[in-house]
Amino acid sequence: MITIVNYGMGNLGSMLNMFKRIGVNVCIESDPEAIRQAKKLVLPGVGAFDAAMQRINESVGLRDVLDHKALTEQVPVLGVCLGMQLLTRGSEEGALPGLGWIQGATQRFPREAGLKVPHMGWNIAHCATPSKLTTDVGVEPRYYFVHSYCVAVDDPADSIMRTHYGLDFDSAIGRDNIYGVQFHPEKSHKFGMQLLKNFAEL
Amino acid sequence: MLRTRIIPALLLRNESLVKTVRFGKFTYVGDPCNTVRIFNELEVDELAFLDITATREGRTPNLKVLADIANECFMPLSYGGGVRSLDQARAIYEIGFEKIVINSAAITNPELITQIAQVYGSQAVIASIDVKNTIWGQQRVRGESGRRRTNLEPVAWAKAVESRGAGEILLTSIDREGTWGGFDLDLVKSVTDAVSIPVIAHGGVGSIAHIGMAVKQAGASAVALGSMVVFQKKGMGVLVNFPDQKQLEDVLQ
Repeated sequence: MITIVNYGMGNLGSMLNMFKRIGVNVCIESDPEAIRQAKKLVLPGVGAFDAAMQRINESVGLRDVLDHKALTEQVPVLGVCLGMQLLTRGSEEGALPGLGWIQGATQRFPREAGLKVPHMGWNIAHCATPSKLTTDVGVEPRYYFVHSYCVAVDDPADSIMRTHYGLDFDSAIGRDNIYGVQFHPEKSHKFGMQLLKNFAEL
Repeated sequence: MLRTRIIPALLLRNESLVKTVRFGKFTYVGDPCNTVRIFNELEVDELAFLDITATREGRTPNLKVLADIANECFMPLSYGGGVRSLDQARAIYEIGFEKIVINSAAITNPELITQIAQVYGSQAVIASIDVKNTIWGQQRVRGESGRRRTNLEPVAWAKAVESRGAGEILLTSIDREGTWGGFDLDLVKSVTDAVSIPVIAHGGVGSIAHIGMAVKQAGASAVALGSMVVFQKKGMGVLVNFPDQKQLEDVLQ
C-alpha cells in the first residue's frame, strides 16, 4: 500500500489514476495517524514552496510523522515536482526551510533571454547514477515537466537523472530511502509508469 | 532539449467528440473515451478538450465525461467549456486535469483568471482567444464559441490576459479553423511578439509543414491540431491519427 500525502497542495487525482492503472494499492491520506501506518509515501505538490511548507508545519502532527517515517522508520518516500523540492534545505522561491532530507538546494532558472520560465513540456532525462528507481525506463526517457525552480544536490552521487533546460539540473534524486522527481511521472506515459512501478516494487 | 508540444485539440459537444469548420458545420467524430485511448497509445504530448457548446447551451462542465477521460490518459490534460467559477475549476483539477481553459468567462469576468491562477498557479490557466475578421477587415476577439462579438483587439486582449495571470494563450483563428489551409501566421506572430507566455497556435493546420511555420516563423511555443488528427485527409472520413514523430522533428529542428 502506497500512501499519497494530502497536505492540500497538488494534483492527487492523476497520481491515483496512474497507480491504479499499474495495479498498485494506493490511498490518499491527510490524517497523521493514518500516515503513521504507511509502508511507502508519495509527497506530491504543485504551487509555492512556502505555502507547502507552511501547510506541512502547521497541520497538527504532520511534520513529526513525516520526519519519523522518512528518517527513523526509513520507509521509501517519493517527492514529486514541488514535493521533490521540499526534500531539500530550502528554495530561492521562499524563506522557509525545506524538509532537509536530501542535501541540496532549490534555485530559480537563470534569467536569460529566450529561456521561458516555467520550464513546461516534455524533456529528456539522462541517467546520472544507476538506481532502482530508474530500472528499465529505457535510454533517454522523456518526461513532462512544469516548474520554475530546479534542484541541485550537493553530492553528485545523489543525482539519479539530469535534464538540460538553460542549465543542467537534477531531475531525479535519491539517497537511501528518499527519492524525488522533478517531472510528473503520472503524466508521462510509459516512461512515468515504469518509474512509479519501480517505486512500488522497492 | 524541450520538445515543441503538438497538442490534439478535441472538441466535445457534451458527451460526443465533434469537429467543426469555422466553428460551424459539426461532424461527429466519435466517443471521447475510445478516442483518447488511441491518443494515449500514440503517446501524444498533451490533449486539450474544449466543450464548444457548453457556454452557449448554458451547461456546466460534464464532470462524468472528464473523469472517464482522466482515467484513460497519462499525459497533461486541459479542459475548456463553460467554466465560470473557481469551484468549477477546482472540481476539474481534482479529477486529474492540470489546466483549465477560460474563454467566454474571461471576457465577462477577467478576474476569474486571476482567482484561479492565485490558487493553482499561472501554469494551470490557459486563456483561449478566438479571433475573427470583421467585414471591415479588422481582427476582433469573439466569445461563446464565436457567437458573441466583442470590440477586443487580439494583441491588446492577449496582453490583458497575461497581466491577469494566464500562463498560456490558446490562439484560434475562427476563419481558418477546420479549413486545412494553414495558420494565420500574421495573427500568431503579432501575439507571440507581444506576450512572454507560451502561445499555442490553433486553427487551420493541414500539414506538418504548417506546424513548422507556426513555430519557426510565427514564434508559437506549441501547436494545436484539430482536423488533422481526426480525419484521414481533407474531405475524407474519420481516422484518429497523429503525425509521424520523425517528420515533426525535421520541420521543428
